[in-house]
Amino acid sequence: MSKGFFIDTTRCIACKACQVACKQWHNLPAEKTTNHGNYQNPPDFSHITYKLVRMNEEIIDGKLNWLFFPDQCRHCLIPPCLLWAQNSDAIYQDEDTGAVVYTSETRNLKAEDIIGACPYDVPRRDSSGMLNKCTMCNDRVKLGMEPACVKTCPTGTLNFGDLEHMHELANERFEKVRLTYPDARLLDPDDVRVIFLTAFAADKYHKYAKRWKSR
Amino acid sequence: MTNHWIDLKNSDCILVMGANPAENHPISFKYVMQAKDNGTRLICVDPRYTRTAAVADIYTPLRSGTDIAFLGGMIKYILDNELYQKTYVANYTNAQFIVNEQYGFKDGLFAGFDPEAKRYDRTKWAFETDTKGVPKRDVTLQHSRCVLQLLKAHYARYDLKTVSKITGTSQKSLLEVYKAFTATGTSSLAGTVMYAMGWTQHSKGVQNIRAMSIIQLLLGNMGLAGGGINALRGESNVQGSTDHALLFGSWPGYLKVPRDSDKSLAIYNRKNTPESNDPHSVNWWKNYAKYSVSFLKSMFGENATADNDFGYEWMPKCKDGRSYSWWRLFEAMWHGRIKGFFAWGMNPAASCGNVNIIRECLTRLDWMVHVNIFDTETSAFWHGPEMKPEEIKTEVFSLPACTWVEKEGSITNSGRWMQWRYIGPKPLGQSKSDGHILLELGAKLKALYAEGGKFAEPIRNLKWDYTTDGEFDPHKVAKEINGYFLEDVTIDGKIHKKGSLVPSFVHLHDNGRTSSGNWLYCNSYTEAGNQSARQGQRDAPNNIGNYPEFAWSWPLNRRIIYNRAAVDLKGQPWDSRHWVVRFDGQVNDGKYVGGNWAGDVIDGGGMPLQHPDGSENDNGRYPFIMRPQGVGQIYGPRLLDGPFPEHYEPLESPIAENFISSQRRNPLLRYAKKVDLPAQADSRFPIVCTTYRITEHWQTVTRSIPWNLELQPRVFVEMSHELADMKKIKTGERVLVENSRGKLECTAVVTHRFKPMKIVDQTVHQIGIPWHFGWRWPAGGSEGSVNVLVAAAVDPVSEIPEYKAFMVNLSKISQRMKP
Repeated sequence: MSKGFFIDTTRCIACKACQVACKQWHNLPAEKTTNHGNYQNPPDFSHITYKLVRMNEEIIDGKLNWLFFPDQCRHCLIPPCLLWAQNSDAIYQDEDTGAVVYTSETRNLKAEDIIGACPYDVPRRDSSGMLNKCTMCNDRVKLGMEPACVKTCPTGTLNFGDLEHMHELANERFEKVRLTYPDARLLDPDDVRVIFLTAFAADKYHKYAKRWKSR
Repeated sequence: MTNHWIDLKNSDCILVMGANPAENHPISFKYVMQAKDNGTRLICVDPRYTRTAAVADIYTPLRSGTDIAFLGGMIKYILDNELYQKTYVANYTNAQFIVNEQYGFKDGLFAGFDPEAKRYDRTKWAFETDTKGVPKRDVTLQHSRCVLQLLKAHYARYDLKTVSKITGTSQKSLLEVYKAFTATGTSSLAGTVMYAMGWTQHSKGVQNIRAMSIIQLLLGNMGLAGGGINALRGESNVQGSTDHALLFGSWPGYLKVPRDSDKSLAIYNRKNTPESNDPHSVNWWKNYAKYSVSFLKSMFGENATADNDFGYEWMPKCKDGRSYSWWRLFEAMWHGRIKGFFAWGMNPAASCGNVNIIRECLTRLDWMVHVNIFDTETSAFWHGPEMKPEEIKTEVFSLPACTWVEKEGSITNSGRWMQWRYIGPKPLGQSKSDGHILLELGAKLKALYAEGGKFAEPIRNLKWDYTTDGEFDPHKVAKEINGYFLEDVTIDGKIHKKGSLVPSFVHLHDNGRTSSGNWLYCNSYTEAGNQSARQGQRDAPNNIGNYPEFAWSWPLNRRIIYNRAAVDLKGQPWDSRHWVVRFDGQVNDGKYVGGNWAGDVIDGGGMPLQHPDGSENDNGRYPFIMRPQGVGQIYGPRLLDGPFPEHYEPLESPIAENFISSQRRNPLLRYAKKVDLPAQADSRFPIVCTTYRITEHWQTVTRSIPWNLELQPRVFVEMSHELADMKKIKTGERVLVENSRGKLECTAVVTHRFKPMKIVDQTVHQIGIPWHFGWRWPAGGSEGSVNVLVAAAVDPVSEIPEYKAFMVNLSKISQRMKP
């Protein structure tokens, strides 16, 4: 069954449990970080950081907002990285779940081109040239479990299931949230299987939150 | 908590103040979000815009240390606009009680203040009573000395303008919060408060919470689902710790520790057993002796008999009027009166106030035993910054303890739910459970004292049989805590055999026939099994998330305490959407002739106060059964520092005077003058500093864990853009925060989430620093403990330090530190 996420950023409290759960499941080491003057760490995706809560202070209509965006690979319906790679040994799409999967063969690809092709600036290479990103916890999903990040999220920000159901949930929440936040929107719902709901324009959350420049 | 975590979802309005649950109790936000889904508004009041503020419907800042002014303004708003729940206030609180003529309040001081002794003579605050000792009432609530009128008079000074002046909060914001929260004064609505250290860690911490208790009683929110006073405990088992007498002044179950002047068990029991001649008052503490004697039987087993006062003489006594709180221990160490110290699962050299002094105290010890899961600033104090190991004679023993996943036992959460935990992986290396270490220690002491020693009886007579096959057995301890019948006892025709577990504390005796290590937990481990290990998934018929078959809560698996106040005088729920209890009565001729309570375990049994025909029910019972008069205390005659909360400035404050009285600080405030060196409107230290926790770390424990450190690698100070500009500080830069007690280097986080406040014509800046760090970890020592800056000034009742408001200065470090 084609799977998807619905991520309601209006419920996110930036606890970062999703970041840590992802690392625990994939046995990823911690990065050596420093404090750049804010709460966001690590500062960006890396070959060992697949899930990242972006945190931005934004003053909108004179009111302070602290916007949280638990960023990850979108597992696009038609993934630009896959199209660019043209190498199903390296990048393929799981027929069942729709997960966009990278293998160790990605080290034979030209990393800058793959990363450049991604509208969301997600994949990252390691020292061997291999590319890494969110796996949709495809190994868990195939066994009927939720992705690690979704399982751990306390507030219901992260949701996972059949893509159709995620669309229903997204639309339902969108209708509710826009009553409080008239500028609320779903980001690229027709192009991705990780659908974000934001209270404000995408660029307030992250330069690459949305596929096209917001109008 | 009077309520519990899941119950938050039932609330109609959630006030978060003195807490930051989105960051420090993130799981609770599952239920807060569910409440918001139902239209509940979340209000956040905090000097700093936090991750809780980020998802709040209403956020407003206040100056750290001014909570009583803020809440006092709300009390005045409720009274002026008559938003209090009238039936509830008249019948379930002491609003009608008349206070004696000697009571008074003037210019920041209550009647009976002795400035030399720094205490109040609380007899001046007593109620007027009839010949039976029952407080007199004025049912019209007009008497000038009835509690409601005294309340009005006291908070008359807390008008919007004055409150705004003190707190720095705009009048508009104050009104927005007051309007939203006080709407829950409607009988069918319930508002709740989530609070934590932001209220307790002040020199008037207890009174902060008192102020909210008054509000919740006025609004009729106590006892209701989605209501209550909800303390978010700082650790997952600190509720259990205080229940089982972690605090020096209590025996398990919040019995009182005996004093020198309590010369016998009879005197001790009599002193602590309140009397009430009001037939409607249950006065549950009248059972005190049953609990104290049962406790002594658990302590000394067969050695405790009626002939020796059940071993009362063997229990340690506190000197009259003396406190033995943490900072008194360190004071005693300083003066060489305490030579040995067990630092057990605690890291005072990083987490206590005035940490430089604490570290110096440790150098004066002969020995220290450190029991912990890792090497801390406390065990390693002797090679910390500025220490000269060659000059320190303290012998340090480090005993490795295993972690909570490596042992079996229970924890009790903030909601009073006791939950059993099973062993996961076996303890690493030679580490052992605390239970094991304690048992070995006790066994060794018993062996040594068997051969003699000063006052050996207590140790020799101690019941100490908690092993199975040589291993610590938590089940044996849990059962002892519950309690046993020590001989055959017949109750209601049923024989409870000797050696069987007592099913409920209502069956405990004061004559040695029963034991119970903690009367509150009697009912937790019975002949029906370990109640705390239950995992029943069914909710109760009232469907409010009580889940009575999951785990076990005290007392008697009651999930919402004071739930008798959740019904009207005839026993019918105020709020039918989320009913907690309900009296299903048999009615004859307009009168209840029988019936029982449906829903949660009813607080105190008995019948509703009124019959269906409105007449008084002789078998009716007041709801607040733990108070002698059975009603909630709007006026609190027994607290050390006043029957009504009053705003005082913290020990250290940016302004020269208290705007509301000439009494600048809490008159009972104690601090260590020579080492605290307080700054008052001192131009050297003009910035208000506060300390707190963040999601990414847990106490001082997680700094050595790479995945936590990745998220928050360095100690930091948050400050406004305005302050940073003034000091020419850039975000990410290392800066120095200091005062007369110490200095701390940290990373600047320049943010919109702090804003300068205008206090009259003075601009006051506030900054904040998390306290998770200390020189020991990460290795290298660059991330210090902010508690070098905090004074040891403490709340007079709880003796908790004022971590939340003190004065500092801030400056650039001339050279940028490499990360």
